[in-house]
Amino acid sequence: MAETAIQVGILVGYMLVALAVGVVAYRLTDRTPEDYYLASRSLGTVVLLFTTFATLLSAFTFFAGPNISYRLGPEWILVMGLMDGVIFGVLWYVVGYKQWLVGKANGYLTLGEMLGDRFGSRRLRVLVAAVSIFWLFPYVMLQQQGAGTAVEALTGGAVPYWAGAGGITLFMIVYVTLSGMRGVAWTDTLQGLFMLGMVWAAFVWVGTAVGGFGAATETLRGLDGNPLALGGGAYTPAYIVSTAVSIAFGVTMFPQVNQRFFVAKSKAVIKRTLPLWPVLVVLLFVPAFMLGSWAAGLGIETNVNGNVLPPLLLEYTPTWFAALVIAGAMAAMMSSSDSMLLSGSSYLTRDVYRPLVADPDERREAWLGRLGVVVFATLTFVASLFQVGTLLEIGDTAFGGFAQLALPVIVALYWSRTTRWGIYAGIGASQLFYLASVFVDVVPGSYLGGWSASVVGMLLGLVLTVGVSAVTTPSTAEDPSVYERTGAD
Amino acid sequence: MTSRTEAVAWAVGALLLVALAVPWFMWGSDAVAAGLPVWVWWHVGWLCLTSVFFWAFTRRAWGLGIEEVSTRG
Repeated sequence: MAETAIQVGILVGYMLVALAVGVVAYRLTDRTPEDYYLASRSLGTVVLLFTTFATLLSAFTFFAGPNISYRLGPEWILVMGLMDGVIFGVLWYVVGYKQWLVGKANGYLTLGEMLGDRFGSRRLRVLVAAVSIFWLFPYVMLQQQGAGTAVEALTGGAVPYWAGAGGITLFMIVYVTLSGMRGVAWTDTLQGLFMLGMVWAAFVWVGTAVGGFGAATETLRGLDGNPLALGGGAYTPAYIVSTAVSIAFGVTMFPQVNQRFFVAKSKAVIKRTLPLWPVLVVLLFVPAFMLGSWAAGLGIETNVNGNVLPPLLLEYTPTWFAALVIAGAMAAMMSSSDSMLLSGSSYLTRDVYRPLVADPDERREAWLGRLGVVVFATLTFVASLFQVGTLLEIGDTAFGGFAQLALPVIVALYWSRTTRWGIYAGIGASQLFYLASVFVDVVPGSYLGGWSASVVGMLLGLVLTVGVSAVTTPSTAEDPSVYERTGAD
Repeated sequence: MTSRTEAVAWAVGALLLVALAVPWFMWGSDAVAAGLPVWVWWHVGWLCLTSVFFWAFTRRAWGLGIEEVSTRG
């Protein structure tokens, strides 16, 4: 009971801090869409680093990551380190820095806007936004579902699932409508620091409690298949590489991450942030995922939600500490979801709604963005109540869906001969192929000894974007020069 | 170095970082040192190297492949 009170207390405390930050951020906000969605491109190094960190990694790192290394072995550290620390780092330059330059020079707020302008096509803009929302919507729904389940478990059923998910949705609506990107990024920074501190404290605490890190790690040697040995079981080279590649490219096209490419204050900020990134992610992954693997060696069983970290902590650390980490994880879930809501709203209002109506003035559009948050969050919440199998499956495969966008976008950013038909073909065919691999039985999900359909689809998108561009001629509305303008300072 | 050779050199460096973030040559090894599998230590060291590589890139070649496009157009 004391445990529940502590967890609920911490959660409520987090919400109050977030609201306070939201109010401060609101007072600083200009009433323009650029300020609401991108904090007027003003983020400094620490905030940019941690908002990207918390947005990208939070809920996943606390729950799914340790669960995977519990089931499959600690090689998940390598998969995620390769994905995030190395490949995403390189893409942060190749895609992110380029996007920052052209975004600043041309005033882009979203990916769809950036592509639509270059190819002189409103339809392309709507298509990119629609594809993104298609994958994002069920993913946000999954977060709400997770929050509802967690609150229900936390309160021993006193707060039912719908009230937990609804309460957290309502809180996020209030806070995101108020604060916009600036407040979201600030709370992310607190969240990221808190998350890192908690994971290390848990790592040291559990390690000490079982007689040292070495003793904890050695428990794995006795398990079936010896998870200490590199590779084996689910971890084939094809699985490791295709998972890392697919997630890394997917992450760059996730709206909430892609939009963060636009928000740095200056070139110097990006240059300072990038070298810190690989060290920061490895600092989080090693303790978080080793904890999951230790749990397997120590014979811990997962809880009713299928998570292994809570029971591990309850076994080896005091109740209040376990409560702190678990509540922190829920706060982490919210810090990912709020960013997704904000980005989802910007795609919805800016790229889908706005092109359909006459250009509204900026002040009105900023309010429209807030309305977008309400609409998006309410719809995902309602969807989360029904637990539709198809939506769950789309949410689970969202990373692969976003990964299909990455290569056509990179080709368009760098190759001035890319044509509208080329990018349509690249995006359209790879999306259709990937969707078919998920939903149509005759289209396999794995090729040539374990290469995922996501990676095959990415290659298809690349080949078609380049191939179709080569055999078609650009229309007069296309303007490759917009990507050659840079606002470098 | 011309811009082109320089770009190729940095790209090869980045590819090496990607290729060896997983120590494939330790496949099957279950040796443990200082509380963690040795291959985890390799990965930790490799990501620190990645940070140094990124830092060197920001110092020596930032803008390569991206900023010169603008001067040509």
